[in-house]
Amino acid sequence: MVGSGSAPEVQMRAYIIKRLIQIIPTLLGITLITFVIIQLAPGNPAVFKVKMATQGQVASDAVSKQIIEQTKKLYGLDKPLPVQYLLWLKRVVTFDFGNSYKDHRPVMDKILERLPITIQLNVISIFLVYLISIPCGIYSATHEGSLLDKILTLFFFILYSMPNFWVAVVLIMLFGGGDFWDIFPVYGISSIGAHSLPFIPWLLDRLWHLVLPVICLTYGGLAYLSRLTRAEMLEVIREDYIRTARAKGLSEKVVIYKHAFRNSVLPIITLLAFLLPGMFGGSVIIESIFSIPGMGQLGFEAVLARDYPVIMAITTISALLTLIGLLISDILYAVLDPRIKLE
Amino acid sequence: MTEAGKKGVTYWGMVWRQLKQNRLAMIGLFITVLLLLVAIFAPLLSNNRPLVLYYKNHLYFPALFDYSELHNVDFKELKEELKPGDFILFPPVPYSATEYDLTATLEGPSKKHWLGTDDRGRDVLARMIYGARISLSVGFVAVSIAAIIGVFLGSVAGYFGGIVDHIINRLIEIILTIPTFFLIIAIIAFLPPSIYNIMAVIGLTGWTGIARLVRAEILKLKKMEFVLAARALGASHARIIGRHLLPNAMAPVLVSVVFGIAGAILTESSLSFLGFGVPPPTPSWGDILSQSRDYIEFAWWLTTFPGLAIFISITAYNLVGEGLRDAMDPKLFR
Repeated sequence: MVGSGSAPEVQMRAYIIKRLIQIIPTLLGITLITFVIIQLAPGNPAVFKVKMATQGQVASDAVSKQIIEQTKKLYGLDKPLPVQYLLWLKRVVTFDFGNSYKDHRPVMDKILERLPITIQLNVISIFLVYLISIPCGIYSATHEGSLLDKILTLFFFILYSMPNFWVAVVLIMLFGGGDFWDIFPVYGISSIGAHSLPFIPWLLDRLWHLVLPVICLTYGGLAYLSRLTRAEMLEVIREDYIRTARAKGLSEKVVIYKHAFRNSVLPIITLLAFLLPGMFGGSVIIESIFSIPGMGQLGFEAVLARDYPVIMAITTISALLTLIGLLISDILYAVLDPRIKLE
Repeated sequence: MTEAGKKGVTYWGMVWRQLKQNRLAMIGLFITVLLLLVAIFAPLLSNNRPLVLYYKNHLYFPALFDYSELHNVDFKELKEELKPGDFILFPPVPYSATEYDLTATLEGPSKKHWLGTDDRGRDVLARMIYGARISLSVGFVAVSIAAIIGVFLGSVAGYFGGIVDHIINRLIEIILTIPTFFLIIAIIAFLPPSIYNIMAVIGLTGWTGIARLVRAEILKLKKMEFVLAARALGASHARIIGRHLLPNAMAPVLVSVVFGIAGAILTESSLSFLGFGVPPPTPSWGDILSQSRDYIEFAWWLTTFPGLAIFISITAYNLVGEGLRDAMDPKLFR
């Protein structure tokens, strides 16, 4: 490397700035795609609104024309497409996604009220994923070929291929009080009247409700991450520097945890950014199966009701969050792994 | 020259030799072939029209061909009226996928209906056999679309670099950040219900992985001498990409395609489960599962069997994908 001692820092700063600049076209693209989705829809929102306003009854031509004109003005649909896109962009930048068609409440209010529940679910589930999968992956890798490794590998492989909506339905069938056991609730996130309970019983009630949905949201990531950890560890363990560390007479513990694990942990941590969007997708199905009032269910209901403002807001916001996650993981990677070349 | 080269073994020959030694991958391959056969020959496996009928001194194959004189004939009633010398042979599952019997709704597995019936008295096994056609055709077509887009954009980005590469990379990033499954249901909800829309949408949102792979391979390959040689000989860009680069970049694409089929089968069944799948009464695995939710307290067969079908087919493709990936690992060629 040529240059003064501060060269890597300068390079790093340049890299971060470059990544931040790259975000702009991506953001524009995301808003453009969400914009195109509305244009795709057969019958624009205005026509749809007439149907809603008249409750399915046939309105007289004059009345429906009037409503259409009003709505078009309201959403700027009477302007040419590029102007409409710019108006949409302006609203996205200020996080103003308009009002829901369904209940006329501001979309941001609806989202902010649902977001905590989805975050709660996903934080618990990501925590469990990392908590369980890393030890399992390390054990499998360090005991490659042992009976337990074979069992774990097979188990995670099977988990990995199970569709989560099927797992949800089977869990409900088994534990939700049908012909089998009645152990866990299968509806909502708390019992009726739970809000008046003291904190500890309330918490227990909440956890009891979350058991089945959290299992459904967790097992896929768990299987994926365990397999990844095992593969990464196996690769690192075969490296020369591990042989060197062993030859130096370091204890196996130090070799595994200090030398091997540290070097295989990078892709595992940066994977976090990729887990998030997948979890939101999973939330759509799982939240609607278990009637959990989170973002996923909001999104699903919005799609069923063709509630464009909500659909566009959810798509844009989750894309934005993922983009930030990607950015953080890229920068983390660059900071943590000196082998990465910053061009 | 490598040892394998001397013996005249091709690259794919070596891959196949490695793959054959992987027992799990071979099981996966066996299941995928079996599923494919079930899908192709569905009308011969499950049908309310007999395979062979010898009736009034005529030989018919009603499951295969339409006969004008046999229109409006109920073959099951016909079976009772047959005279000695006549002959009738039904497929193993003597029901069609849409044939309903309201006197036999929600029956558990029995000798008559091996996997039970649904809430309209339709045979679950028959619906699952025809459902395989939906799952596999969506899987193959969607992944083909994704592969064509991915290979094209990936090779263009990798080969030309510069501004083209930048634009394609941003496009990939955009698709990656948008919550794909939500995007798919949002688009499907706006389009008229049809299996072709589902194939197209899954394909159009699923190409980014393949594009990244191809781009990386091309970046590696384009610095090699044979590309320089081809260019010196005056080969066009299209020829260099198509004839010299892509064939060498196909191995990882194949692995990705196999995994992609598993993913597309999963997406299709999730869509059908949520009610955004193929329009009824077309049978699909996800659709049977979504029906099962209404009778979840007792109708375990509606929950278990279609779920198993989805699970087994996804597992089979994943096994083949992993086996291929391992078999293509150059460290194993010896």
